[in-house]
Amino acid sequence: MNIAATGVKFGQSVKRQEDGRFLRGKGKYVDDMILPGQLYAAFVRSPMAHARITGLDLDGPAGMPGVRRILTGQELVDAGLPALPCGWAITSRDGEPMKVGVRNALAVDRVRYVGEPIALVVAETQAQARDAAEAVMVDYEDLPASVDVLDATADSATLIHDEIAGNCAFDWELGDEAAADVAFADAAHRIALTLRNNRLVPNAIEPRAINAQWDAGSEELTVYMTHQNPIGMRMFYAAAFGLASEHKLRMVSPDVGGGFGSKAHNYPEEVAVTFASKLVEGPVKWTADRSEAFLTDAHGRDHLTDVELALDSEGRFLGLRADTQANVGAYLSSSGSLVPTYMYATMLSGQYAIPAIHARVRAIYSNTCPVDAYRGAGRPEASYVIERIVDVAARELGIDPAEIRRRNFIREFPYQTPVVYEYDSGDYEKTLDAALELADYPGFAARKAESEARGKLRGIGVAAYVEACGIGPSGKLAKLGGGAGMWESAEVRVHPVGTVEVLTGAHSHGQGHATTFAQVVSDRFGVPMENISVIQGDTARIQAGTGTYGSRASVGMSATLRACNQIIEKGKKIATHLMEVDYDAVEFDDGIFSSKDSNVTIAFAEMAFAAHAASGFPTDEIEPGLVATSFFDPPEFTYPAGVYVCEVEIDPDTGTVEVASFCAADDFGNVANPMIVEGQVHGGVTQGIGQALWENALYDPDTGQLMSASFMDYGMPRAGGVPDYQLVFSGTPSPSNPLGMKGCGEAGAIGSPPAIINAVCNALGVRHVDMPATPEKIWRLCQQKEAN
Amino acid sequence: MTEITLDVNGKTATLDLPDNTLLIHALRDHLRLTGAHMGCDTSQCGACTVHVDGEAVKSCAMLAVQADGCSVTTIEGLAKDGEPLHPMQQAFHDNHGLQCGFCTPGMVLAGIDIARRFGKLDPATVRDQLEGNLCRCTGYQNIVASIIEGASKMEGQS
Ligand code: FES
Ligand code: FES
Repeated sequence: MNIAATGVKFGQSVKRQEDGRFLRGKGKYVDDMILPGQLYAAFVRSPMAHARITGLDLDGPAGMPGVRRILTGQELVDAGLPALPCGWAITSRDGEPMKVGVRNALAVDRVRYVGEPIALVVAETQAQARDAAEAVMVDYEDLPASVDVLDATADSATLIHDEIAGNCAFDWELGDEAAADVAFADAAHRIALTLRNNRLVPNAIEPRAINAQWDAGSEELTVYMTHQNPIGMRMFYAAAFGLASEHKLRMVSPDVGGGFGSKAHNYPEEVAVTFASKLVEGPVKWTADRSEAFLTDAHGRDHLTDVELALDSEGRFLGLRADTQANVGAYLSSSGSLVPTYMYATMLSGQYAIPAIHARVRAIYSNTCPVDAYRGAGRPEASYVIERIVDVAARELGIDPAEIRRRNFIREFPYQTPVVYEYDSGDYEKTLDAALELADYPGFAARKAESEARGKLRGIGVAAYVEACGIGPSGKLAKLGGGAGMWESAEVRVHPVGTVEVLTGAHSHGQGHATTFAQVVSDRFGVPMENISVIQGDTARIQAGTGTYGSRASVGMSATLRACNQIIEKGKKIATHLMEVDYDAVEFDDGIFSSKDSNVTIAFAEMAFAAHAASGFPTDEIEPGLVATSFFDPPEFTYPAGVYVCEVEIDPDTGTVEVASFCAADDFGNVANPMIVEGQVHGGVTQGIGQALWENALYDPDTGQLMSASFMDYGMPRAGGVPDYQLVFSGTPSPSNPLGMKGCGEAGAIGSPPAIINAVCNALGVRHVDMPATPEKIWRLCQQKEAN
Repeated sequence: MTEITLDVNGKTATLDLPDNTLLIHALRDHLRLTGAHMGCDTSQCGACTVHVDGEAVKSCAMLAVQADGCSVTTIEGLAKDGEPLHPMQQAFHDNHGLQCGFCTPGMVLAGIDIARRFGKLDPATVRDQLEGNLCRCTGYQNIVASIIEGASKMEGQS
């Protein structure tokens, strides 16, 4: 008898399968774990932004209660532990390879940012480890510090790495400079703007944590780490650091409490803890406290850009030039060279047909925490540059901001931009119209008048973003300097009773993969969701994968779909024997194998059993079992795009900016689960509003101290500061993967900062305000306005 | 060291702890109730929220000895294993009020506390009352919707 199919569909707002354990307090995060014989690590960190280490006194602390081991940078170097690598090779305009300052897991003779780890203490309790770390005496010889790109590139600046002239890691360019110059020479209008993209702290609410255990008998190393890419980390720990052989290294990232990019990198602390675990008897655990997270989780953004736009007399874009100085911090982090280059300058065409683009990017070292990918990673910086300059142009040419965008939209796809990317699909006018309708754009004047009657200034801001996700193919990336494959793998295992396991190398740390990946399977097989488990994050179970960052779930889900398709193909082959029909006559629909040539039908679960029973088909021709593996290497990036319209209301007496409304029209291609995707947009937009209005990693220019180093000083978005968002999806399916998905994880953080700042400038009638638009800044502008 | 006795999720627990042990560490490390999380060191994030004698408390801002003799409810105490979720937990599930889940125990317990104090809720009240709870994933919209729905379900129950 056939069991009715009870699968859910891809595209349905299915409630999350993973919620139960989190709601019951049964999530398993790294810090929740206490292993037998557990030891604890604490770091000695630099209180100085830039200094030579002239002495290190470990004698006192080494004898303190519970202390098992103190490890210094010199010991790591002597033991042959390599420096931390930067994963993307960039070549400067003059053909020189990028200049990488040596970053040891523990500083050896010099510290270059506040919080840089110098020594590691392992003790029996966390308190003992911290007490001993505090007792370590370090002698410093102070050096002048530069925290800003302008200070770091001044002639008088002290070199941060003695061998790297001008504190410049690379001076790189993209696009056609001569063509851009011609466009500017011919232009009717030239608009220029200098803007800063403020430095941010990622602040996943779960801090970084690791628990590393070495088994001297089997020579196996097990590392539990909060990470977005445990399988990639296994490779790094084995191949780059030699901490264990890859086949003897188990890396586990269990539940991870948010990442936003900050948990996708290679960090010195985790390398040092893992190294230390091999020197002591017992597993070593370290959990960052929030202060350590502020000081050492790779920061985001921090660009200073001069941008110019050339337009003809009709307001059509002719050319764009951008000159960016990217503050990379004291060292190049894992993707520290990639983010301000191929993740940034490649997006400078925005949604527009701009015939000539030239970008120059200088990566500048400074005495600050290294900068790396943070939600959006380069794309928010590009979106901010282009959407601000377009808005200024609209204002100065007297064209409506929505109209100037419409006039310049790319209309035919695929579209080759002058800066590498070939956009796959989109309908930019449709998303613009959807956003304007949602926002009641024509009704703004009345709302403004109403605000004015209450003594408030109201502004409206439009921003149209495009970004690149699901990056691939691997071969193309290698040509641009990439070093690792960008595919994703999936193994689909069907058990004899018809339940299914999906093993994926992608990693969910809030994105809901246990639900969306299962939806792909449920839709394809007709199996109910509760009979499917999605397994991730443990190299003992999943052998191949590249993790989750860059909104790339579409890659893992496509691999999952392809593995499902292989299972169905095999089922059909088996069915030819069970039904005695030709392969081409077998159909599979809604969980049932059937054929017009036979009365026999076989439900998916029956097929699973038949495949394992292996008695109804020739096993020399068809192997028993029902397991399939797929590696999906995307043929192209996907290009999500959208238009955000927001309104702000400013109180001129206090300078506070209230986000009165926020409407988003996004083209994410096909959407796996609208409920989950909306949640991704809510979170992304909130981080973008945070960047635009409050968040700022502010270093003191004289001392190099991080001034905003706690939740009391750093402007995290809170529930009271953001509105309810209105969203609409208007999808054009992506041709770059079999599910037609584009990716949604970062869009909100990419499109919202320019929308907010455009609205603030519109409200105040000013040309530009740098982020964050804090009350103090806005109040001063209001005062100036009144004085004039 | 001080010996303290607490009622935790309906069970009596006697602990002998260093005087400076925070309640969060007593719960997480000694009682192994790891649902309360530690997200900061300045009492700002609310991930550590539990109920002490029926009121929401940041367990990182209270010494364990201060809770001596008190009744403590953690996220694990809201619904027994295998039993249906508390209406507030259920509302978070139904409204997609969680993503990574790290802030969630604190949000649920804060939500119950808000519901108890205000009864019927509107979005502005919830947003205002969530001042002490940070979430980096959800943008709060679905958390606010969850708490409003959870509160009305709690009203219906009592
Ligand atoms: S850990 Fe208690 S408020 Fe952050
Ligand atoms: S769900 Fe991740 S911090 Fe709230």
